[in-house]
Amino acid sequence: MHELSIAQSILDIIVSNVPEDQLHYVRTVSLKVGKSSGIVPESLEFCFMAITAETNLCQARLNIEKIPFVIHCHTCGLEQENEVGSALCASCGSVDTTILSGTEMQFSEIELDEVA
Amino acid sequence: MSVITIERKVLEKNDEIAKANRDLFRQRGIYVLNMVSSPGAGKTSLLERTLAHLHGRLPVAVIEGDVQTDFDAQRVAKFGIPVVQIVTNGGCHLDAKLISDALQSLELTGVKVVVIENVGNLVCPANYDLGEEIKVVVASTTEGDDKPLKYPTMFRNAGVLIVNKIDLLPHLPSNIETLKKNALSINPKLQVFETSCTTDAGIAEWCEWLEKMCAKKP
Repeated sequence: MHELSIAQSILDIIVSNVPEDQLHYVRTVSLKVGKSSGIVPESLEFCFMAITAETNLCQARLNIEKIPFVIHCHTCGLEQENEVGSALCASCGSVDTTILSGTEMQFSEIELDEVA
Repeated sequence: MSVITIERKVLEKNDEIAKANRDLFRQRGIYVLNMVSSPGAGKTSLLERTLAHLHGRLPVAVIEGDVQTDFDAQRVAKFGIPVVQIVTNGGCHLDAKLISDALQSLELTGVKVVVIENVGNLVCPANYDLGEEIKVVVASTTEGDDKPLKYPTMFRNAGVLIVNKIDLLPHLPSNIETLKKNALSINPKLQVFETSCTTDAGIAEWCEWLEKMCAKKP
């Protein structure tokens, strides 16, 4: 259940980037989470809600963009997506591949409503 | 509506501390392993066999991570080496700050290898860089040969796979070749060792590799 400590890291980033008197205007916190990052987006959303409930960030919600796991095969040149996080080329069976995306856990932006 | 753009890793703070840990280890010429596995795969037993084999050859220090108790630190302390126990009190993984704090009470003079034995868990420790040189994932034969496919993130982030409890293979339906094939399909760069802490099979090969890696350090 490391989503809880990841939610805490997200909270820390928000608090260090938004002035304290504007925290209650935070509405959406956007993240990019790879499908093979080992993070369950729904758990992360739940944990974030749990730790921000009854705080000045209680109206903030996570907006998680799920990034597909994509590899590039150096043997046959095929760029391909797979759901299982495999480094194996589905076309030629080579393992000489590079991961292009799908393992990231990236913060992207904070949206605030009606800043005074 | 106003937008603040923050393009950075969510775990950037952890990664910064991990980098400081890594810099400290490198400055001192210490090779650091982050040992991970599911609970009961045999990390502590493997560590004990490793310490026994390396005794008098390579000075090792150990950081133990457990949810509760210092049982593992007590087992390791019998080898007369520096050891510190981190009790996470429910935390499912070690992070870089816990390691940085533990280093305050770990004697590193003369030490060439630090082994961090992580909390038994194949999910959460995968995301946390501790400042190690390499992650060593231990998978035991009793866990089944499909483990790497179920926990790809951990196997992808590791540099070494130790297949432990190979003495039990004759009694199990799992196939070690399938396990290795599955692991290499996730991470073709994995260096693979096969060990038994009961018969000591493979321990010498694993320790020889570790000594070789340490010899490369300045």
